[in-house]
Amino acid sequence: MIPNKLAVRFALGSMALLTLGATVVTAQATHVNSVNPNLGAPSVESEQSHIDGVTGHAYNGKKLYRRFCIGCHGPDGNGEGENAQWIDPKPRDFTEATFKCRSTPTGTLPTDEDLYNAITRGFVTTNMPQWRPLSPQQRADLVAFVKTWSPRWAKEKSGTPLTIPSETPITIDSILRGRAMFQKLECWKCHGPEGHGDGPSAATLTDDKSNPIRPYNFSTGTRFMCGETNQDLYRIFMTGLDGSPMPSFADVVKPDEAWDLVHFLRTMQPLKTQEASLWQSYVSAHGKDIKPIGPDSAAGAQ
Amino acid sequence: MRLKYFVALAIVIMVSAAMVVFAQPPAGSGSITGKVTYTGTPPKMKPIDMSKEPSCAKQHTTPVTTENVVTGPGNSLEWVVVFISAGDQGAGGPSQAARYDQKGCQYTPHVLPLEAEQQLQIYNDDQTSHNIHPLAKVNQEWNKSQPPGSPPIDTKWEKPEFIPVKCNIHPWMHGYFVVLKTAHYSVTGNDGSFEIKGLPAGKYTVTAWQEQYGTKTQDVTLSGSEAKTANFVFTATPY
Repeated sequence: MIPNKLAVRFALGSMALLTLGATVVTAQATHVNSVNPNLGAPSVESEQSHIDGVTGHAYNGKKLYRRFCIGCHGPDGNGEGENAQWIDPKPRDFTEATFKCRSTPTGTLPTDEDLYNAITRGFVTTNMPQWRPLSPQQRADLVAFVKTWSPRWAKEKSGTPLTIPSETPITIDSILRGRAMFQKLECWKCHGPEGHGDGPSAATLTDDKSNPIRPYNFSTGTRFMCGETNQDLYRIFMTGLDGSPMPSFADVVKPDEAWDLVHFLRTMQPLKTQEASLWQSYVSAHGKDIKPIGPDSAAGAQ
Repeated sequence: MRLKYFVALAIVIMVSAAMVVFAQPPAGSGSITGKVTYTGTPPKMKPIDMSKEPSCAKQHTTPVTTENVVTGPGNSLEWVVVFISAGDQGAGGPSQAARYDQKGCQYTPHVLPLEAEQQLQIYNDDQTSHNIHPLAKVNQEWNKSQPPGSPPIDTKWEKPEFIPVKCNIHPWMHGYFVVLKTAHYSVTGNDGSFEIKGLPAGKYTVTAWQEQYGTKTQDVTLSGSEAKTANFVFTATPY
């Protein structure tokens, strides 16, 4: 009899525990729903980010978001804050979990570090400023909070970052090969034969929300949207800028070819780079023989 | 006592295993056929000027137009996807890869219905680079460049969705992936007719989807291996 009594007590005890557990779970679920219309998105209470040994917490990021980000990105994270109507390009809609600046393949989630870099760097040519005044901890907290707007962050892992092999030597041959790529891959259709952002399709471009968007104009010499180094440039066209017309070239461009393209792209910027000076001396020696990029060109033949 | 539990457990496991093995979808020979038409005034399709892409322009001997509302004789509507949206009892056998072509700076077929998780291969048959940019919302959007002579892009869609696809380099290029939960679907031809075959007896909801006019549904009950008719009429507006 005694063992039976024990069993009854045990059963009652576990039932009580189960009920308690269920209540906690339900309570949490309602809470998340009240904060976030995206069912199944990570909870603000528990979502974290991990950047270089710093752990960000979404519950801290939420307070920072309400102070610094809500004006443009909006109370619902959908990019419809009160300032959004005056801004072009529009603020990011976090509920779609589509991001331009990634180290990961097109169609995959970025890494925590990608989002952290985006917040730190800001986006030149847009209204998104640099957020270097915020501490690394605060920026990491914001990254964690940004991930609570979409259920994709609960269901999927970040993509595998692109590996970038070390840069090949900057030579005139590399630049010329890159120039042939620029012609062959039809970069000029949007970015223009001389990189002025005025190619035949440039005026028709729209982003994934059907808002008009411009291709990068190399002759401005400004930093790129996703960084400023040759490595950043390599990454931009290999991973593509998701949500924009800029596609990924990772499946069709080999690493050596990608570096060639980087070297050529640099020659179109009015900057004092090694690439630009090599190209200028080539042009002054062979100017007449260089076929212009564009339709009917023999693929930028050397 | 213990032995009894084990025996019971073993039986349960065996029965469920048997259910998995023998749970083949019922094969049927019923069908639903019909015609999709419109009333009202459909928009005039606009001519497409491909002169900026001579390698594509020269592939077309007849003028090319947009394809968002393609009509045929007798007010028929082409490129309407008709599919079983409820009551589907599954279909056996793996479906082969769906093929989508970029040819003459157009998507062929203009509308491609396929199943979720079905293999999808996208080819570039042109002498120019395309970027293939499916504007998915439920699934994940991606955007890849495909220069001439590249191998096909091998992919799939996980969830049902009507996904518009475009090429940013050639802004007139426009098509659809129609990702479905069912293997029972059909696309209307130029005469607006469709046929959904291989249906067992049952109660079905049939949905017709047109890219500009949205969806229409009808309930159809098949009691045996019969052919039922379901016609759909969309109200066309000129804009």
